[in-house]
Amino acid sequence: MSGERILSVDQLTMRFGGIVAVQDLSFAADRRKITALIGPNGAGKTTVFNCITGFYKPTGGAIRLTHDDGKEIALERLNDFRIAKQAKVARTFQNIRLFPGMTVLENLMVAQHNMLMRASGFTFLGLIGAPNYRSAEAQAIDLATDWLKRVSLLDRADDAAGNLAYGDQRRLEIARAMCTGPALLCLDEPAAGLNARESAALSELLLSIRNDLGTSILLIEHDMSVVMEISDHIVVMDHGVKIAQGTPREVRDDPKVIAAYLGADEEEAMAVMESGS
Amino acid sequence: MDYFAQQLINGLVLGSIYGLIAIGYTMVYGIVGMINFAHGDIFMIGGFIALISFLILVSFGLTAVPLILLVVLLVSMVITALYGWTIERIAYRPLRHSFRLAPMLSAIGMSFVLTNYSQVAQGARVKPIPPVITGGYTLHEGAEGFAVQLSNMQIIVVLATIVLLTLFTWLVSRTRLGRDMRACEQDQTMAALLGVDVDRTISMTFVIGAGLAAVAGMMYLLYYGQVDFNMGFVAGIKAFTAAVLGGIGSLPGAVLGGLAIGLIETFWSAYFSVEYKDVAAFSILIIVLIFMPTGLLGRPEVEKV
Amino acid sequence: MTALSHEITQTSRAAGIPFILKRAFFNALVALVLFSLMVGVRTEAGPDGQLTYWPRFVELASLVGIVFGGSVVIELLRQWIGPSGAERLVPPALHSGLSFLGRYLAPALLIFTLLVPVIFYDQRYILDLAILVLTYVMLGWGLNVVVGLAGLLDLGYVAFYAVGAYSYALLATNFGWSFWICLPLAGILAAFWGVLLGFPVLRLRGDYLAIVTLAFGEIIRLVLINWQSLTGGPNGVPGIPRPTLFGIPLTNTDDGLAALLGIEFSPTHRIVFLFYLILALALLTNWVTIRLRRLPIGRAWEALREDEVACRALGINTTTTKLTAFATGAMFGGFAGAFFATRQGFISPESFTFQESALVLAIVVLGGMGSQLGVALAALTMIGGFELFRGLETYRMLVFGWAMVLIMIWRPRGLIGHRAPTVYLKKSQAISSDLVKEGHG
Repeated sequence: MSGERILSVDQLTMRFGGIVAVQDLSFAADRRKITALIGPNGAGKTTVFNCITGFYKPTGGAIRLTHDDGKEIALERLNDFRIAKQAKVARTFQNIRLFPGMTVLENLMVAQHNMLMRASGFTFLGLIGAPNYRSAEAQAIDLATDWLKRVSLLDRADDAAGNLAYGDQRRLEIARAMCTGPALLCLDEPAAGLNARESAALSELLLSIRNDLGTSILLIEHDMSVVMEISDHIVVMDHGVKIAQGTPREVRDDPKVIAAYLGADEEEAMAVMESGS
Repeated sequence: MDYFAQQLINGLVLGSIYGLIAIGYTMVYGIVGMINFAHGDIFMIGGFIALISFLILVSFGLTAVPLILLVVLLVSMVITALYGWTIERIAYRPLRHSFRLAPMLSAIGMSFVLTNYSQVAQGARVKPIPPVITGGYTLHEGAEGFAVQLSNMQIIVVLATIVLLTLFTWLVSRTRLGRDMRACEQDQTMAALLGVDVDRTISMTFVIGAGLAAVAGMMYLLYYGQVDFNMGFVAGIKAFTAAVLGGIGSLPGAVLGGLAIGLIETFWSAYFSVEYKDVAAFSILIIVLIFMPTGLLGRPEVEKV
Repeated sequence: MTALSHEITQTSRAAGIPFILKRAFFNALVALVLFSLMVGVRTEAGPDGQLTYWPRFVELASLVGIVFGGSVVIELLRQWIGPSGAERLVPPALHSGLSFLGRYLAPALLIFTLLVPVIFYDQRYILDLAILVLTYVMLGWGLNVVVGLAGLLDLGYVAFYAVGAYSYALLATNFGWSFWICLPLAGILAAFWGVLLGFPVLRLRGDYLAIVTLAFGEIIRLVLINWQSLTGGPNGVPGIPRPTLFGIPLTNTDDGLAALLGIEFSPTHRIVFLFYLILALALLTNWVTIRLRRLPIGRAWEALREDEVACRALGINTTTTKLTAFATGAMFGGFAGAFFATRQGFISPESFTFQESALVLAIVVLGGMGSQLGVALAALTMIGGFELFRGLETYRMLVFGWAMVLIMIWRPRGLIGHRAPTVYLKKSQAISSDLVKEGHG
């Protein structure tokens, strides 16, 4: 155990041509906590996510990830797949990105690619059917089964992922991200398109990931009922800058937050205020 | 220096022809997002139709060269445009909402069909014609007896390219059809909902592309004095290279790319080796795609996650 | 959008005979304009080099007539079969029957193939054709790794075939190395070229990758033509050694196989040997592919085809994953090339044109991307069909081109339209091809 913080974002700036999407953003996410990034549409939340998960190279600033063993990793220097592989940051996507033509189980097996690659002796041992690889594969299937139970998709294991209902796909994507064994799980609007019952189940799932497995979570979310219920810490963005942060209660009462939401979208502002009452 | 100037002229002329073909690629790619593999063969068909209509007119005893050329141009543009229209109807339209590989393979199949159709219909041998437009200007008389020549034919090719490019840029930016095309390029479903006849717009794109390819075919015939059934494939790939180099979807880009490819090919042949001129052109394609996938005038693309 | 256009075509189809005639008349008119100069007039250079022409009214009239008649027939068929009949000529029942058959068809086909030399021992033509089909089955299976599994569109596959063929031909004729040493070398060299090409280009998107691979294929062919001192240029490499049965030649000599076994020599021995050689190579390709699919690398290939961004988010190195697919496919192409060289005894750049690439790609797509059995069936159909038109040399490519267009319209997803999962908990269920993605790059 070292350090409270798993992720610290320092002076992050991202420009696309002349447009500044994120400006000098700094915030931190605590270990074994759920941190939420909220803000009106176009505030730059997904851009921040893409910088953290390596899909964009930030124009400036630093993103530090600290592992349990105290190892510090500069995320802005790693690119695409290495962030998931070495820094152990897993993510989901706003518009679900599963492998629709592969089965639910296969989706979870692909998530364990790097472990299985090593076990298969980078394919060569696996090709001749080495026992090492077979036991590794059995373990991978066990882990996948375990996650399928958690997200209650066990009986759909052999169905094509593309055939699942929307809510099931969302949960499968989270399970797939968890199968990579992440230190930090980044969720991009996990509750989007879910009904009330599914949202509640999602909250429960995320809480259990935090409480039982101790995985830190960073999430972007519009569904205020979910955010207010499960977040330990909230960062509010508008127009690419941070306008507030704190506990759900603090954020809810912050006039700047209310103004930002009122200026942007009445409905969302109402949601922020209502969730407080 | 004189030799260099001469090659520059030759390269620009060749590049103009590539540019005319490239416009067809770039328009079709922009609007339906497919590489129209058969486009090079459309160019070849255009050359053949120009050749045949030219022969017929001459044998009827017409002697006024400008009149002959005008008629040949119109006939080959109309018939070749109809080829473009028909091919889109038969081979591409049924596959418009199919998966991505299907139209590409269909286009490759269509390219084979056209190549072999003209081989079967007109024979495998090269078809030569005597020079139609002769004369020109000597720009500079070199000391060693080498003269920089600019022929009338070369002037016509370059002028035709400039005129057509201006015309079609105007068409795409100012007319109803052009607006429909750009709308379809952005979002076909939305365009259809807003009352754009998507099928017709796409058809027209193919028609215009084929018409321009016919002009290129005719210029090729007049400039090189021959056509053959096999000339479409390589010319097509080079024109596609030009379209990519210029930035796919951009009309001026296509011509700019065409000029670049024409110049590179000509200078390579002049200073290095003729045998490897196609290798040079293809290598350029690979290099451009690797280092400049959006081309000279293309818009950069931000990956959507 | 699709629904919208469907509705329109349906209403316009409601009319009867007059409508059909009107349509056919319109099509015939279009055909008349299209063919007027290209078919109606024939040009040829005379003895003095001057071009002459003569009209061909009969040909023109008959072609236009065919178009008219054909249009009527097609319109009638459409009305009988129903709106989307053209796409659903294969009823779903037959469809599922095919997948059921698949389980028994594959072993049955394999047994039959093993027996081909026994059944057709006296028919040299059939044996040669079978060898040709198997060569394309192997090429198809090799390209299937790249296109079908990894979803990378490769239009220059023939380049690796050529690298394999020339590797063997040049090593064998210059250094006298035996086939069995050169075979793995040919595969390795082809894979090496695959990596060399793949490294810079694999981050390109689908269509661009296709065109770059096409250009690469052409570059290889042009270099083979022009580098005369090494490759013999357009004249090719003659006198490539025939393969031996691990050192024992299949010739009519004292140390030949026939003499050693004490049987009478027959040139058919070599054909049969070649047959089993390519069969073994093809089966090796198949076995390796099936194995790889169940390994993490194979799953990563398929995942890449499904969604590259998601792969990166899961920590998969997409570049090396693509490269391995490219190299694996290239290696099999190289093996096939070495076999081709030893079978022909002579190779020239003419054998490695873009048409070959297109043919192999057509086999993979017709087979149903990713399906091993489908590719084998498609190779049989395509090469067999191609043979039927051998007599009509000039019409062959014309027919082939039309076949490609029609097959795409008829079955854009190929013959076998489902994907078998690589791992399952309770029950392996085939996945409909509607869900399977085709890759982006």
